[in-house]
Amino acid sequence: MGFIVHDLWLIPVLPALAAGISALLRQGERRLSAGLAIGSMGISLALALCAFVQSLADPGRQVVNFHWMQFGSEWISLGWMLDPLTAVMLVMIAFVGLLIFIYSTCYMAHDANFTRFFCFLSLFAAAMFGVVIANSLLLLFMCWELVGLTSYLLIGFWYHRPAAAAAAKKAFITTRIGDLGLLLGMVWLYSKTGTLLFYDHGAGCLEHGALASLLGAASVAGVPVFNAIALLIFCGAVGKSGQLPLHVWLPDAMEGPTPVSALIHAATMVAAGVYLVARVYPLMSLTPDGIATALKVVAWTGAITAIFAASVAVAQNDIKRILAYSTISQLGYMMLGLGVGGVSVGIFHLITHAFFKALLFLGAGSVIHGCTEEQDIRYLGGLRRFMPITFATYAVGTLALCGFPLLFSGFWSKDAILHAAHGWSVSQVPFYLGVIGALLTAFYMTRQVCYVFFGERREPQTVESPRAPEEICIIADPHESPSTMTAPLAVLAVFAVVLGFINTPAWPWFTSFLLQPEATLASPSPNPMTWNPALDFGRFAEAGLLPLMLLSSLIVLAGLALGWWFYGRKPIIRADDPDALEQLAPPIFHALQKRLYVDELYESTLIPAARWAAHFSAWLDRWVWNGAVSAVRILVTGLGWMDASIDTNAVNAGFDEGCRGVSDGGRLLSHFQNGRVQNYLRVIAAALVLLAALLLWRSAA
Amino acid sequence: MTVLITILAAVTLSGAVAAMTLRNLVRCALALTIAFAGLATLYLSLDAQFAGLAQLLVYVGAIAILIVFAILLTPSAPESDLESPDSALDSKTHLSSSGLVGSLLALGVFAILAWAVGRSRTANSATATAAPAANMQQIGETLVHRYILPLEVIGLMLTAALIGAVIVAMKESQAPR
Amino acid sequence: MTPLTAYLLISALLFSVGLAGALTRRSAILVLAGIELMLNAANLNFLAFWRFGPHPEALTGFIFVIFSIAVAAAEAAVGLALILAIYRHANTSDVSQIVEMKG
Repeated sequence: MGFIVHDLWLIPVLPALAAGISALLRQGERRLSAGLAIGSMGISLALALCAFVQSLADPGRQVVNFHWMQFGSEWISLGWMLDPLTAVMLVMIAFVGLLIFIYSTCYMAHDANFTRFFCFLSLFAAAMFGVVIANSLLLLFMCWELVGLTSYLLIGFWYHRPAAAAAAKKAFITTRIGDLGLLLGMVWLYSKTGTLLFYDHGAGCLEHGALASLLGAASVAGVPVFNAIALLIFCGAVGKSGQLPLHVWLPDAMEGPTPVSALIHAATMVAAGVYLVARVYPLMSLTPDGIATALKVVAWTGAITAIFAASVAVAQNDIKRILAYSTISQLGYMMLGLGVGGVSVGIFHLITHAFFKALLFLGAGSVIHGCTEEQDIRYLGGLRRFMPITFATYAVGTLALCGFPLLFSGFWSKDAILHAAHGWSVSQVPFYLGVIGALLTAFYMTRQVCYVFFGERREPQTVESPRAPEEICIIADPHESPSTMTAPLAVLAVFAVVLGFINTPAWPWFTSFLLQPEATLASPSPNPMTWNPALDFGRFAEAGLLPLMLLSSLIVLAGLALGWWFYGRKPIIRADDPDALEQLAPPIFHALQKRLYVDELYESTLIPAARWAAHFSAWLDRWVWNGAVSAVRILVTGLGWMDASIDTNAVNAGFDEGCRGVSDGGRLLSHFQNGRVQNYLRVIAAALVLLAALLLWRSAA
Repeated sequence: MTVLITILAAVTLSGAVAAMTLRNLVRCALALTIAFAGLATLYLSLDAQFAGLAQLLVYVGAIAILIVFAILLTPSAPESDLESPDSALDSKTHLSSSGLVGSLLALGVFAILAWAVGRSRTANSATATAAPAANMQQIGETLVHRYILPLEVIGLMLTAALIGAVIVAMKESQAPR
Repeated sequence: MTPLTAYLLISALLFSVGLAGALTRRSAILVLAGIELMLNAANLNFLAFWRFGPHPEALTGFIFVIFSIAVAAAEAAVGLALILAIYRHANTSDVSQIVEMKG
């Protein structure tokens, strides 16, 4: 499998080629474009599995770097790498991506722009692979931007809907603000360390030499350089992963088709921010003593985001928006995990979350597809009878997300985060926020499941389909989705259960695997397979682990019970029945339903500021810069006019005068040519006299 | 000896002056003939017998006759040709065709030449030597040996001049204008 | 006054007379006559120098004069033919009347 390291570039390039070919196809060639996308994804999955196997065999870090661009005497290098983190990310993205692609062939079957959809999907997959294998911050950034672009294209897929177009713009601009920080951090890092390659046999910017020089660099305005760079890079992650100030785009991004929401806004793209923090973790954790400031910021941001989004999700009525806020909350958990517990804690939750969140979104898509595009949970209900497979898989996903004890992956991953937060030396507040967040998570997921799958069937009269807006769908009985859609659901459900067992405390395989490169560097061992930890149930007896597991189990069960108490005890019969929580505390419920007014805040402060800045820039451009250019223009025109007038009056006139003089002189001289031969003779004689006199005079002298 | 030369020179010069100043063209031609003849005698005084006799033959016998023929064939109004009436145009220029300018110029030329002769060392140091032998045999030999090329060219030129003169002087064919 | 000087002065005088006549007279034939006189003056000059100069046995001046006489004859013939032709064209042999070549 050693070949895979050198051919790792194939993994992003194959979907990119599929996207390129799809872009040239006509809209009618659906099978070819879907085939290209799924085929390339399949091959990428196979190659990713090869990479994973290779990484299992040799869990060190292997890089392939190449010179890209030269300026002056310096080269900008790009490269890719294969290490355990990259390998698990590749497999996760390829596997989930492939399942979602297969799901999309059925979900988008009635859409007129089928080919364009798969073209964009393949492009997204290529870009995401690129982010994950990049060994250079520059290459990562390029693929990062490409991911953002495809997200924009896919959110605004039904661009004729104003809401979708606005949501796409909002997503792009909000993530752009984060990317600005990432770009600044990148440039600063380059100026301080001279390289953007992560690992370069000792010369990379995440390796010992560069980190030491960053530690020693002088502070800027009281902020140490390494903190500033780490925080700037974290800005990019904040934007892309929807952390608190820049989370506003994620719920609106639900305007895109459901497979897009599943792939991009649940499993992969939003995970890119978490991956970035994990990738530059040596920089994030750089500190002369104690806990790194950057990690503290990451942890706090994650904790606050988790609780905020979980609260808002309680009061939402759109099936996808609940899941969107749930995603934001879980991303907060991942950031919290990275901040308090290290790379493996956060990434473990990322992997498990990818599977069950994709499952939940695809299940929601199945509901939407089966209920003629209805997305408001107040108008859904009782679907348990009509869509049993969807219900079963959705239930599995819900329990995984809530973290139902022992059996579901979410429990193990969230527990790891809570355990690390409990042991954080800086503060216990994130731990409590995480616990409350878990309670709320269980609560709102139960609420959603009760609304959608239990109770009586509630439906509106007509619904506008986003896929064919000129149609008014006729309400029919909801039906189970075809097997092309339910099979991926089943597969994901299996993984939502099974994946938890790769990192239980008894057998922390995942943690050891991810941490292996550092361990190999610290103490190189001759046999690379000795890192595999042994199964040891005795680790459950470690300090504080069992009580914590018990506490989180109780919290989850309490949340589920609360949810059932409010929403499941009495079946919800009518759509306009007030929400049970709304009856209890209307002001809080309304505030939560309005998403805690964050969007309105931005609308009233930042947007006008940006508009004012735009007006000012326009004025500057039109009057100051344009004025300078106009001044030059006037000067040059004036010079030209002066030049022309000189030419006409002085030069031409002078020349004309000269010519006139010549012709006058000629006329004068022509009098000599009067045709009289004797006159000519006289002139000759006179000249003869003069010349002879001259000659004789000179010779005499 | 010099007396003879003086008399001969006087005759020649008076003939020349007369030829250039008389009004009647025929009388001019005759004066010219006298000038030519005087020149022939001057050549003879220079012991250039062949040249003198050739002068008589060619100039007096041919050229002077030609001039008389030409005068006879081109009769013109007997007007004073020493003063030519200036046209309105010519009155502006100082190159007037009056006789004054020409005479002055000729005077100037003579002055120059005389001055040059007077100052010439060669001329002032030349002594009267014995007459050189310039008999016909020598002339003939020199012509044929040394100056054969100019001799042939002269022959060609004379032929061309003959033909040319005939053609130029021919009456034009009466083609309607 | 050496003999050479005398002859040279005579030829100079003859030349001047001929030039005066060529520049002054209006009749074309007389202009030609003046030119002939000038030629003759030159011939006299040559012979004088031949006679009193170095190497008279080379006959250089003599031969020159012979050729000059021949050329003068040809030139006089052609010139007079030209005068006749012009007389036929312009009906006059007055040089001041023939001004068609003015510039």
